[in-house]
Amino acid sequence: MTSSFKRPDGRKVDELREFEAKVGIVPNADGSAMYRSGETIAIAAVYGPKKMHPQHSQNPEKGTLRCTYNMNSFSVSERIRPGPSRRSTEISKITEWALEPVLMLDKFQNMVVDVHINIIQADAGTRCAGINAAAMALAHAGIPMKDMVSSVSVGKLDKTIVVDLSKEEEDYEEGEGPTDIPISMTHSGDITHFQLDGKIDSKQLMEAVELAKKSCEQIYEVQKKALKDSIDLTGGED
Amino acid sequence: MTEEHKRTVVIPGETIKEGDAYLPGEGTEKQGNKIVALRYGLAEEHNRLVKVIPLSGVYQPRRGNIVIGKCNLITFNGWVIDIGTAENAFLPIMETPRYVAKDRLDEVMKIGDICVVQIFSVNGRGIDLTMKARGLGRIDEGIVFRINSNKVPRVIGKEGSMIKIIRDYTNCNITVGQNGYIWIKGDKIEDELFAKKAIMFITEKSFMEGLTEKVEEWFKENGGVKKETKKTEEKSGDKEED
Repeated sequence: MTSSFKRPDGRKVDELREFEAKVGIVPNADGSAMYRSGETIAIAAVYGPKKMHPQHSQNPEKGTLRCTYNMNSFSVSERIRPGPSRRSTEISKITEWALEPVLMLDKFQNMVVDVHINIIQADAGTRCAGINAAAMALAHAGIPMKDMVSSVSVGKLDKTIVVDLSKEEEDYEEGEGPTDIPISMTHSGDITHFQLDGKIDSKQLMEAVELAKKSCEQIYEVQKKALKDSIDLTGGED
Repeated sequence: MTEEHKRTVVIPGETIKEGDAYLPGEGTEKQGNKIVALRYGLAEEHNRLVKVIPLSGVYQPRRGNIVIGKCNLITFNGWVIDIGTAENAFLPIMETPRYVAKDRLDEVMKIGDICVVQIFSVNGRGIDLTMKARGLGRIDEGIVFRINSNKVPRVIGKEGSMIKIIRDYTNCNITVGQNGYIWIKGDKIEDELFAKKAIMFITEKSFMEGLTEKVEEWFKENGGVKKETKKTEEKSGDKEED
């Protein structure tokens, strides 16, 4: 790893943007969470388990997870057209796949857990922010889970592996250009989601995964803290 | 609490206890020699049994729970009742306290009527209800409103202590359904609304220490007058679960 590499915002190659997490921000939802990484802010709200409608999409074996990813029209500097797009449908599906392995929905036959992810401010890494927020919101909603999921995007700028790309870095033009690798993993280190946009050799890919592992550890601690802090346990309960 | 309860907030996947001395209870799983939490809540150890008490989420129906629901549909052999769960609950004609003719079902309950019922069983096909116990039946007067079902143990208090205070100060009969619906019946609408206000206060302050005393104080501040405890029939839902 070349430490001489300069990132536009002066971060170290393995340094995440300033990030924070908060739980219980949507009072009407059964569970909700916010995750902010730099200028990217994601809000996730969980509803359910509730009965799946229409009836033909019910699964009598186990519960269903349904994610909806949405980028608000004001989330980017140039207004984006509201409503579902090819991109948002894909990310919704990706989020479902990233979270489903940790959820234990076997007891919720014919039911659905709805996760609504809203990006209210976007500066790259929105799907990772969305997954982080959704994982916290699901835990907050009391859905049985085997583990937490943390997500981070690792990138290759020219030949250097860096973590948590910003929009500016995603548009990096020099040398080999940018490669974006969003990775989600559980706390125990199992990868639940892995995407790759660009070119990378296998040796550097392993390097990237290691870096993601390290960064997810930091994110996990913040997620954990947010969930624990939302309950004010000032002594006894009764 | 009589015994030492050390409660900590845990998140899914977090190790609560290590070592073979502990048994996994509700909301936990044994992985190797670790007890791991499977849901978000308060971890508690009691007689080596480790369990997680849920703090959030939708109401999970359990056998024996007393709930308040609304009649949604009348079928040829019973009523379909919405008790705030994903599955609709069914009250068969046989589970009513008196004989009902098959074409006279709406004499007991019409669509839209609200009732206090008990969960008889929860199985893969749905929830079965019964009305054959004391304190159950259709609600004719009073007010019904809903709170978060996770706050129900707080509203009831330890062995019904909280509900007793509210009853003494407002002179209302209060039935708390485990699903978070609360039925208040008093002589005057003012009393009922006062009791509702008190319950809303409890739900807001549900994590406070010594909540029972705080509520007594609240009543004094808000001009509540304690009445002589009448020997009214015990109507409150259940005892606190745990």
